[in-house]
Amino acid sequence: MDIERELRTLQDRIRLALSIADKHQATAEVGAYQDQGLAVSVRNGDVDKVEFTRNHGFGITVYRGKSKGSASTSDFSDAAIERAVMAALDVASYTAPDECSGLADADRMAKEIPDLDLYHHWGINPEQAIKMAQACEAAGLSRPHIKTSDGAHVGTSDSVRAYGNSHGLVVAYPQSRHGISCALIASRSDNKGETMERGGWSYSHRLPDQLQDGAEVGAKAAERASRKLGSRTVPTGEFPVMYAPEIAGGLLGHFIGAISGGSLYRHSSFLENTLGQTLFPEWMDIYEQPHLLQGPASAGVDGDGLATYGKHFVEQGVLKRYVLGTYSARRLGLESTANAGGVRNLRCTSTHSLNELLTMMGTGLLVTDVMGQGVNIVTGHYSRGAAGFWVENGEIQFPVSEVTVAANLKDMFLNLRGIGDDIDARGNVQVGSILVNNMTVAGKRSERC
Amino acid sequence: MSSNQLLQQAQNTLWLPGALDEAGLVPVLESMLAKGANFADLYFERTVSESWSLEDSIVKDGSFSVGGGVGVRALCGEKTGFSYSDQVDLESIKKAAVAASSIATGGGNKISAIHSVSHSPLYQMVNPLDTLGPDAKVALLQKADALAREMDPNVVDVSVSLVGSWKTVLVLATDGTLAADVRPLVRFSVSLVLEKNGRKERGNGGGGGRAGYGQFDDAAVAKYVEDAIKMAQVNLEAIDAPAGTMPVVLGSGWPGVLLHEAVGHGLEGDFNRKGTSNFSGRIGTSVASELCTIVDDGTLQNLRGSLTVDDEGTPTQYTTLVEKGVLQGYMQDKHNARLMGHALTGNGRRESYSHLPMPRMTNTYLLPGEDDPEDIIRSVKKGLYAVNFGGGQVDITSGKFVFAASEAYLIEDGKITAPVKGATLIGNGPEAMSKVSMLGNDLALDKGVGTCGKEGQSVPVGVGQPTLKVDELVVGGTR
Repeated sequence: MDIERELRTLQDRIRLALSIADKHQATAEVGAYQDQGLAVSVRNGDVDKVEFTRNHGFGITVYRGKSKGSASTSDFSDAAIERAVMAALDVASYTAPDECSGLADADRMAKEIPDLDLYHHWGINPEQAIKMAQACEAAGLSRPHIKTSDGAHVGTSDSVRAYGNSHGLVVAYPQSRHGISCALIASRSDNKGETMERGGWSYSHRLPDQLQDGAEVGAKAAERASRKLGSRTVPTGEFPVMYAPEIAGGLLGHFIGAISGGSLYRHSSFLENTLGQTLFPEWMDIYEQPHLLQGPASAGVDGDGLATYGKHFVEQGVLKRYVLGTYSARRLGLESTANAGGVRNLRCTSTHSLNELLTMMGTGLLVTDVMGQGVNIVTGHYSRGAAGFWVENGEIQFPVSEVTVAANLKDMFLNLRGIGDDIDARGNVQVGSILVNNMTVAGKRSERC
Repeated sequence: MSSNQLLQQAQNTLWLPGALDEAGLVPVLESMLAKGANFADLYFERTVSESWSLEDSIVKDGSFSVGGGVGVRALCGEKTGFSYSDQVDLESIKKAAVAASSIATGGGNKISAIHSVSHSPLYQMVNPLDTLGPDAKVALLQKADALAREMDPNVVDVSVSLVGSWKTVLVLATDGTLAADVRPLVRFSVSLVLEKNGRKERGNGGGGGRAGYGQFDDAAVAKYVEDAIKMAQVNLEAIDAPAGTMPVVLGSGWPGVLLHEAVGHGLEGDFNRKGTSNFSGRIGTSVASELCTIVDDGTLQNLRGSLTVDDEGTPTQYTTLVEKGVLQGYMQDKHNARLMGHALTGNGRRESYSHLPMPRMTNTYLLPGEDDPEDIIRSVKKGLYAVNFGGGQVDITSGKFVFAASEAYLIEDGKITAPVKGATLIGNGPEAMSKVSMLGNDLALDKGVGTCGKEGQSVPVGVGQPTLKVDELVVGGTR
């Protein structure tokens, strides 16, 4: 796709919509995107799917006084844009005025958009992508106990995102993402029959030449499947629990959910009214770095047109600020933290190496997979399905599955024992292994129930 | 409404604006066969949708959206080529067809004579967005809010939303299929927070289906609000849930999420063709206790999971998946049915024109047994009675599934006693189903709020079951 042309098109569509809204004495904000890509998958060496993707969308929110209305369309013609603006205006004639609604203040608009080096086109064709996926899968299929493949994928996508509002701000920037992933099935038969386990791994990056070696991804998927074979449950009890880096980000994600404006003003968070309180051990800092060059979640403006900036949410264990966009900030009588649309590249302190953490844990559960939605942000109550490894004296003993881990998030956060330097930097939350003090691990029958 | 009228309506919506017709589109399909595809289809879709939401006792946001396009798919052996366009004109479709058929080799397949698929529509051809005026929609949300605040003085927050969509689809395929469907879908949701003695809890209620907004009458809205209030009230009094293995009694209706996760996903054709499901190669063998007969039924009038035809133009049906504990068959789409040599079951579904179809559930439920639900409770000395759930998840390869209870009680000496805090239940599909030892006579389907996710695609589904007892399941409490 011709990036320069798409940048101009999106900005032009946004200006058109803003001018129509202006004609009807309304202020407005508009988001639009265009993306194009290729995704291939292979299975057991053969081509499975070749998909050519191309999406675009346009969404407008209008404010008639303090009344709000929204509309979206996938048609970029003048007539369709006009219909969308009119539909939004129509909705706004029925919604009730809300004192907190409206555009962010003009003096907080982003002045310039930093170049965060997010766009690197990868001119790969389907044949090349297929070869790469085949090599990735083959490296995994040749490993012990691997029975079959659930597919290896290679994908590339270029996109242009744009935002504008009636303060005169119209910004657009390109970004790309390229990825490789593999999922394999390991199996083992014994006198009770066959058991199968699935394991997968993926990697993605803004730069095609930074994609991890496909063979490494395939081998890791194989290892993650086969190491689960022979898993068993453990007796119910209280044990320290360690979250592996690939799932540890989820725990911090629950924290961010609970300090986000939307949960707070709806009185739906167990961390309501905790600003300035100690929520973590003293060594803990949690911060975001939205301007990380080539970062997986980097962005120069937030969803309200504010310039993003790096900041601490937690410093020395103390909650310093909530995660706020313009609307939720107004609701809470605070200033926006330029987090409309969420946090970007969240990081935290590392205290130990993985081996040190295992030694500190002694006997407990190392969790590598969590399942289900048993997290209640209103109460902090946490209960999820888990699988991983049993650890004794700091050493891995055997794979574990079909257990649950439960506690209250508030206690889990306050009593964190350490965070590893084995950081998984693939996603929005970039964190190492997290060692949590005692949780209830529920498994097979015990005397207590 | 006959299937011919449906087809006419769909052609007017989807083909007329781009001046398309069968005569112009058939050569596109033929061009894909000529390249070596052994099957190809075109899926046209247009969806209009709206949502209205209330917070702080006022309706402060609403949105309206229009979207659509055409998906072009070519199959060649096990290979799938896919491309799509939101420009619905012949030029764009031809371009997408070239891209999609790039996976094909060989050539020479012939298109079958096009015939329109006849079926009887399961829902009225009514655009739900037009079944109430905007003022009435706003008033409906306000009614639920007022009711909630009146019902319990401890309410500190109420969110209410009304969502409706109107989706027109048309499928034209090289196997001769020409089929259309026009699908209404509505949903009403109430979510609220109660605060009492420093404790806060959330409760949810809601319902919906394939119909207009008329179903949200005073009685229905009152029931959704009552459900939400009750869930929050119960949880305000809840004690810590027990931890460990114990008998679990599941209530009727929505707890059918158990079947959806423990059995349903594992019986989707794609996983079984690839041999990646815990149920692969087990047709004719026992996968549940003899009490269990499980069906997938897309033909129920007006239900959220129902479809007149699936997204490949195959009429939906009543499919017995498990009969008296024995696995009968899988749910199929065209690609997997052909490769496995199985019959179609009307389960080929896709989120939109920009997604590939795959085997998905419609309404999946367990047929009733003969036990009185009260006898089932009485039979448990010490266990858990769970009546409401958040959602679930399954690893179809190992068969491990979880689902999170949002309203549950202890059973002590055959009586329901204290409510307990939400807990995740975990088990292995066939193992858990083989431990179903009592089955109620009170089959119920859920109220029409379920959405199922698979490989990044969301589709509306239904679940159901009677009250049942599983002798042993791991309960993830803290006590």
